[in-house]
Amino acid sequence: MKKLTGAEILLRSLREEGVDTLFGYPGGAVIDIYDRLVRVDIKHVLVRHEQGAVHAADGYARTSGRVGVCLVTSGPGATNTVTGIATAYMDSIPVVVLTGQVSSGLIGNDAFQEVDIVGITRPCTKHNYLVTDIEDLSRVVKEAFYLARSGRPGPVLIDLPKDVMTMTAPYRPGKRIKLRSYQPTHRPNLRQLDKVVRLVKEAKSPLILAGGGVVLSKAAGELTRFAKKIEAPVTATLMGLGVFPAQDPLWLGMLGMHGTYRANMATSRCDLLIAVGVRFDDRVAGKADTFASQANIVHIDIDPSSIRKNVPVSIPVVGDCRLALKILNDLLEKEKLNGIREVRVPWLGQIEEWKSAKPLAYEQDRVIKPQYVIESLYKLTRGEAVVTTEVGQNQMWAAQYYHFDKPNSFITSGGLGCMGFGLPAAIGAQVARPDEMVVDIAGDGSIQMNIQEMATAVQYRLPIKIVLLNNRYLGMVRQWQELFYDRCYACTGMDHAPDFVKLAEAYGAAGLRATRPEEVEPVLKEGLSLDKPTLMDFLVEKEEMVYPMVPAGAPITEMLLV
Amino acid sequence: MGQTKEERHILSVLVENQPGVLSRVAGLFSGRGFNIESLCVAESTDPLVSRMTIVTIGDLGMVEQIKKQLNKLVNVIKVVDFTGTDFVQRELALIKVRARPENRAEVLRMVDIFRCQVVDVGAESYTVEMTGDEGKISAFLNLLKPMGIKEIARTGALALAREKK
Repeated sequence: MKKLTGAEILLRSLREEGVDTLFGYPGGAVIDIYDRLVRVDIKHVLVRHEQGAVHAADGYARTSGRVGVCLVTSGPGATNTVTGIATAYMDSIPVVVLTGQVSSGLIGNDAFQEVDIVGITRPCTKHNYLVTDIEDLSRVVKEAFYLARSGRPGPVLIDLPKDVMTMTAPYRPGKRIKLRSYQPTHRPNLRQLDKVVRLVKEAKSPLILAGGGVVLSKAAGELTRFAKKIEAPVTATLMGLGVFPAQDPLWLGMLGMHGTYRANMATSRCDLLIAVGVRFDDRVAGKADTFASQANIVHIDIDPSSIRKNVPVSIPVVGDCRLALKILNDLLEKEKLNGIREVRVPWLGQIEEWKSAKPLAYEQDRVIKPQYVIESLYKLTRGEAVVTTEVGQNQMWAAQYYHFDKPNSFITSGGLGCMGFGLPAAIGAQVARPDEMVVDIAGDGSIQMNIQEMATAVQYRLPIKIVLLNNRYLGMVRQWQELFYDRCYACTGMDHAPDFVKLAEAYGAAGLRATRPEEVEPVLKEGLSLDKPTLMDFLVEKEEMVYPMVPAGAPITEMLLV
Repeated sequence: MGQTKEERHILSVLVENQPGVLSRVAGLFSGRGFNIESLCVAESTDPLVSRMTIVTIGDLGMVEQIKKQLNKLVNVIKVVDFTGTDFVQRELALIKVRARPENRAEVLRMVDIFRCQVVDVGAESYTVEMTGDEGKISAFLNLLKPMGIKEIARTGALALAREKK
């Protein structure tokens, strides 16, 4: 049998997993892998910072539904991935991170560019490996991909010592995976689902709460079918946006700290809350013991540890969201639900009342309102763009004013709230979906955390569009300071920023600017039509606030409204 | 969540016998603010599997989370909570107690009563080995205290389920 080097075995194993793109950054410990990489049929996207590599792989995974892969060197290369890994971990995104490591014999010696990345990333990966024996390599790669995408997905890291990459062994493809210690419950318990059907039939005011798990399990179709069948209104977490068509009358908008009035109010009045693929994070549930206090809560999730972690649950259903919803839909086929529309009249009437009482609103005056920019973007892209966001006010306005109809089209760092995510994620998204419009809705603070990735976008001719809501502040923190810290804007001013138009041009991208409301549409039209990376700098109202807002730790019905 | 009272739980955790597993388990407890009162680990009948016996304190909600989070670790094969079941529990302690001529007889008498063994004899001290449940060990330590305990090493609890009748 012909012997291959570790690097060759690695690349062959990656091909076996269907990998055709790597986001990465070379260095001493991975030079052998790079030396082979350029000879095989895998595309490499050279980022400008390793954090960008993980976010790009993450954005690739979120938009394609496949595992995103990145490759970095040891030491600083590896530590730079940590923020990206934590981002993917919090949002359960399947990413495989390949890190170089110093040669086995040097491990533990404080060698040049040595760091214990397996130790560092233990709490923020689903699992991680240090490969010390070349015989394990193909199996570990196979396991890593399986772990990353199965069950509750998540990032998996493989640490690869340099000597293992250069030694040789025959290539033996990894066998079918069977891990006795890892068997996620895919199929939900039918008895539990029967109980759900019973509750659905009894409920007068049911509410469906969808989260990122619905996106990850590709359950949007089943969820929509379910909601329409039982005539229940639907709200979603930030991570769940897009799983239910925003134009549907049953749609309430996002809930939580910056959720719509009607969505938050609905949680407090519903008698049945069917939560699918969520984890009741504090930004969603607010003061947890007052959350949906009048409701029976059904919680469907593949991760048992998400259930009863933050809120009490009447009927836990452990299993794949799509399968659970499919079985529920099949069970409901057999039920007579023809009277259900009449039963729902008062409840849907109440929701309509909330909707018209306090809709999302802003006033476009003489200064550009950020909400107006996003509404215009929505109109001009007909809601069909893949949108990534940075983190902060820009992210919340995007969630509120760009109405998502399709899953995998809103790409945002929900759990970790990781500034600097949007630009590299947009790069990954554009690589995954080359024919679609990809827009990064950015803030002037956040974009600067990974602005170097402009060079990557230009190098690979990725025509991503950056819509920069430039308010010269770290707006969300400023908003908190205004509301809760007596307007003491401690260190949140961002007046010392580059000229973003010139900066874009310096990178070889296009730069446009709008300073007045009437310039918003023309700039968007021009920017969106360019076939190259384009940054559109919108000088928006400096002290605009995101409303509604629920103060941290308060019940989510206690909203500060406009 | 978790408004019930705190209780002591003994968890028996079968894990893959691999480097880093102990760190994963310990890191889980510290990272999520769970308590470890004691932790004991060694190979089981299967050399590829280790058994960890973890004593933890928490209310029901917390202990449920601990078990779920442990189960979520890829290297964890099985988690059993002995609370409310029939099980045997033992702990091993090595106790170095001051043994002057005037109280040597007294120490030996107690060693005899508690069915312990003297495993090392020095000019100034005896080292006593004892096994038992927590109650027995603390009773013994209380009696030895007036004579002067110089050092103690304890394993923490070990437990196995009793055979079902």
